[in-house]
Amino acid sequence: MKTSFPLVGMHCASCAKLIERKLKKTPGVNEASVNYGSEQATVDFDPKISSLDTLAKAVSDVGYQAIVSGREESSPEQLKEAAKRQELSQLKQKVIVSSILSVLIILGSFPEWFGRFFAFFSGYELLTNNYILLLLTTPVQFWAGWGFYQATWSGLKNRAASMDTLIAIGTSAAYGFSVLTTLFGKTLSQLGFPLSLYFDTASVIITLILLGRYLEAKAKAHTSDAIKKLLHLQAKTARVLQMKNGNNLTIQQLNNGVNFIEKDIPLDQVQVGDLIRVRPGEKIPVDGKITQGTSSIDESMVTGESIPVDKREGDLVIGSTINKTGSFLFVATKVGNETMLATIVKMVAEAQSSRAPIQRLADVVSSYFVPIVLMLSVATFVIWYDFGPPVGGFVPAFTNLIAVLIIACPCALGLATPTAIMVGVGRGAEKGILIKDAQSLEIAHKTKVAIFDKTGTLTRGEPRVTDFLVTESSDRKALEPLIASVEANSEHPLSRAIVAFFPKSAVPKVDDFRAIEGFGVTGKVGSKMVLIGNQKLMEQEKVARAADLEKPAEQWMDQGKTLAFVAVDGKHLGLLAIADTMKTEAKEMVTQLKKIGVAVWMITGDNEKTAKAIAQQAGIENVLAQVLPQDKASKVKEFKSKQYSHNTIKQSSIVAFAGDGINDAPALAAADVGIAMGTGTDVAIESSSITLLNKDLRSVTSAINLSRATLSVIKQNLFWAFGYNVILIPVAMGALYPLTGWLLNPALAAFAMAASSISVVGNSLRLKGVTI
Amino acid sequence: MDKIIVTLSGLFAIVGIYWFFFGKKETAVSANEALTIIVDGGYKPNILRIKKDKSVKLTFIRKDQNSCLEDLIFPDYKIKEYLPMNQPVTVTLTPPHPAVSSFHCGMNMFQGRIEATT
Repeated sequence: MKTSFPLVGMHCASCAKLIERKLKKTPGVNEASVNYGSEQATVDFDPKISSLDTLAKAVSDVGYQAIVSGREESSPEQLKEAAKRQELSQLKQKVIVSSILSVLIILGSFPEWFGRFFAFFSGYELLTNNYILLLLTTPVQFWAGWGFYQATWSGLKNRAASMDTLIAIGTSAAYGFSVLTTLFGKTLSQLGFPLSLYFDTASVIITLILLGRYLEAKAKAHTSDAIKKLLHLQAKTARVLQMKNGNNLTIQQLNNGVNFIEKDIPLDQVQVGDLIRVRPGEKIPVDGKITQGTSSIDESMVTGESIPVDKREGDLVIGSTINKTGSFLFVATKVGNETMLATIVKMVAEAQSSRAPIQRLADVVSSYFVPIVLMLSVATFVIWYDFGPPVGGFVPAFTNLIAVLIIACPCALGLATPTAIMVGVGRGAEKGILIKDAQSLEIAHKTKVAIFDKTGTLTRGEPRVTDFLVTESSDRKALEPLIASVEANSEHPLSRAIVAFFPKSAVPKVDDFRAIEGFGVTGKVGSKMVLIGNQKLMEQEKVARAADLEKPAEQWMDQGKTLAFVAVDGKHLGLLAIADTMKTEAKEMVTQLKKIGVAVWMITGDNEKTAKAIAQQAGIENVLAQVLPQDKASKVKEFKSKQYSHNTIKQSSIVAFAGDGINDAPALAAADVGIAMGTGTDVAIESSSITLLNKDLRSVTSAINLSRATLSVIKQNLFWAFGYNVILIPVAMGALYPLTGWLLNPALAAFAMAASSISVVGNSLRLKGVTI
Repeated sequence: MDKIIVTLSGLFAIVGIYWFFFGKKETAVSANEALTIIVDGGYKPNILRIKKDKSVKLTFIRKDQNSCLEDLIFPDYKIKEYLPMNQPVTVTLTPPHPAVSSFHCGMNMFQGRIEATT
C-alpha cells in the first residue's frame, strides 16, 4: 500500500534524510522517500505488518511529526482556530509584560516629572539609572518585539517590506542609539552628539503596536462569525436504520417489513440512500426526502424565514434545520460537501475572499507604500539635520525619522475593504441573502432597472384555483365531490390544483377515467358522465356553454387565468379559474424598489394583455411580454446597452435580473446583478450573483440596502485609511513645525497607528447591526 | 561639512532603498501540472505562468511566522486559504482565459502574480 503524508518540524535537508532512513528501517516498509521541499513523506508499506500509526510513531521517534489521516487530523478551520488562540494568548502575555516594563521605563526616563511623586521612595533613584533602563527595555525590544525582526528579515530576503519593517527599523534606531549613549556617552558627547535616551520611545512603541495587534486580532475574529455560526449548525450524528447484520436498510425492505435497528452514526459516515429517523426537537443531519411521517420544520437558520414549514411525505428537507413537532423517516439525497449548508458555507467563504473593484486603488498603493515611507523617513532626517534648529539638529531629525516610520500604517489600507466585505456578506447570509462575490455587493445599490421573471419569481410558480362558479340552476355542493373525484385520477398540475382546492372528503369511485392530452379529463361517477377541460373539450363533446357563466369567463380570461369548464351529462354546470398567484410580498417589494428609484419590469412569455393584467397585481407598469425563454438574456443586454431607447431607461444602467428557472440562467449571468430565488434550480443559483434563500422577494430591497451600507463603510474606511496616512505622515515629518512649532512624539505616533487599524475593523463590524 | 556628509548619505540611502525594493528583476516560472511554492518572506516563486484551461496544483508551504502570510488570497479565483506553519496546502487553479491576476497575503503586503497564457 502506498501512502503519503505531510511532515512537520524539518528545518534542513538532512532532517529529510534522517526521517527517510528511519522509515525505511521500520518493519513492513518496502520503500520510503521524504521530500524536504514539499515536506511530504511517501511510503510504500505492507498494511499486514505495519500501519499508519506505526509510521507516525517512527517519525516522532526521530523528533518530527507526521500528519497521518484519521490521527491528529483536523480541518483547516480547527487548525486556524487553534493557531489563532495560541497567537492571541502569546500576544496577551507580551502585551502585559511589556506594559509593566514600559510604565517603569517611563517613570525612570522622566525624573523631572515623576521625581517629586516618588521622593519618599529610595528605590526610584535606581530606576532613573541608564543601565537599569537598558536592562528593562531589552526584553521589550527583543522578546516582545521579536516578531517584527523575524518578519523584517524574511521580507528583506525577498526584497520586500511590510509594516513590521518600519517598526523594526524605527524602534531599533531608538534603542540602538540609546544603548550607544548609555555605554559610550562620553565619546559620543566629545564627537558632538547630544546625549538623549530613547528607551521609553522604543518600549512604548512596541507595547502600543502589540496592544493594537491584540485588539485587532480579537476584532478580526468576529468578521468571520457568519461562517462559524453556519458550521456550528451541523448535527454531529444521524440515526440511521440498519438491518441486524449492519447493512443499511432500503425503502423497499422497510415496506416489506424487514426487521431493523436504529443506530446513531457520525455525520461523515452517512451515505446517499441511507434511511434516517428524525425525532421532534432534533436537527436534521443531511439533505433528503421524507418517506414516512409529517412534521413542521424550522428552517430559519438556512432561509432566515422564522415561521416553521409543514412538510410531509415526498417533501425535501434541508440538513441542519430543526425538526419541531413530528417524527419522520427520510432518505438521504445529499451528504458531505453536497448538502445545502456545505454549499452555502462554500459560497460565503468564496464571496468573502473575492475582491471588490473599489479595492484596486488600495492594492496598488499598498504595494509601493513601505519603501516610499522608508525613503521619506531618510529625507525627513536629512532635511531636519540640514535645515532644522541651528543647535542640536540631530535630535529633532532623529525623533522625526522614528515618528515617520512608526506613523505610517499600510495595514489600515489593507483592511479597509476586505473586512467590510466579510462582515457584509456574513450579515446577508444571516438574513438568508447569499451574496456570491464582492463585486455584486459593491454594485447592487447602483441598480437602476430591475427585471423580474414572472413564473416562480413574482408568482408562486404553482397553479391554484382562484375562482369557482356554478350556473344558477346547479347545486354547488353536489358538484364538488364529482369534480374532486375525477380530477384525483390525474397527475396534471392543473388537476392537482383543482383537487387541492376542494375540501378533503370521501371521494366517490370513478369509472372509465380518461385523460385527454391538451383537452382535459373525463370519467363516470355512478351514472353521471363528468367532463372537465378547456373550451376545446367542450366543443369536441358538443357541450353548449352556459350563458350565465359567459361574463365571468371573459373577465377571468382577461386576467390571464386558465379556465376549466365542468359539464355533467352533456350540460355545462360550472367554471373554474386557475392561475399562478402572485406572491403576497411582491407588491410591497415593487413599492419599495420604486421608492428608491429603481424601474421595475416584468418579463414573461405571456401575451401582452395577460402579462399586463398580472403585472398590475404587483403594481408593475412595465412589461416585456411574449419573450421566448432564450431571448431573456438579449433583453437584459438591451437594457444594459445605451442604444435602448425608452424614456425610463438611462444610459448604461446597472441592470438586475431576478429569476429561478434553468432558462433564466443566461439572463442571470448577463445581468450586472443576477438574483436567483432560493427555491430555484441549481443552474439558476450557480449563474446568479445573489441568491435569496429566504424566498422572500422583499430581500431584493434588503440586498440593495446591504450593498449601500457596505459600500458606505468601505468608503469611510478608505477615506480614514488614506486620510490618516496622507495627513499624519507629513505631520510626523514636521510639516506643521514652521507654522505652529508642533512635532509628533513617536510614542503618540504609535498610539495613532494602532488606533487606525482598530478603528477600520471596528467600523466594518458596525455592519453586523445595520438594519437592511 | 557634516551637513554635506548627511545629505550625501541620505541621498545614497534613498537611491539604495529604491534600487533594493523596486529594482529587483523577476522571472516567471512556468507551472505545468504541479508546483510547490515556499512562503517565506513572500512567495517563491512569485510569478507563475499557467496555460489557460489547464488545471495546475499549487502547493504552498509556509515557513514564515509573519501572521500576515497566514492567509493566502486569490481574489480573481475567489480562493482564500489558511496556511498553517509548515503544512502543505494545495490550491488548484484553472485559468479560464489569458489574463494576469494576482495572489497575496491577508493584508496584501506580499504579492505574487499569475500570468495565464494561451
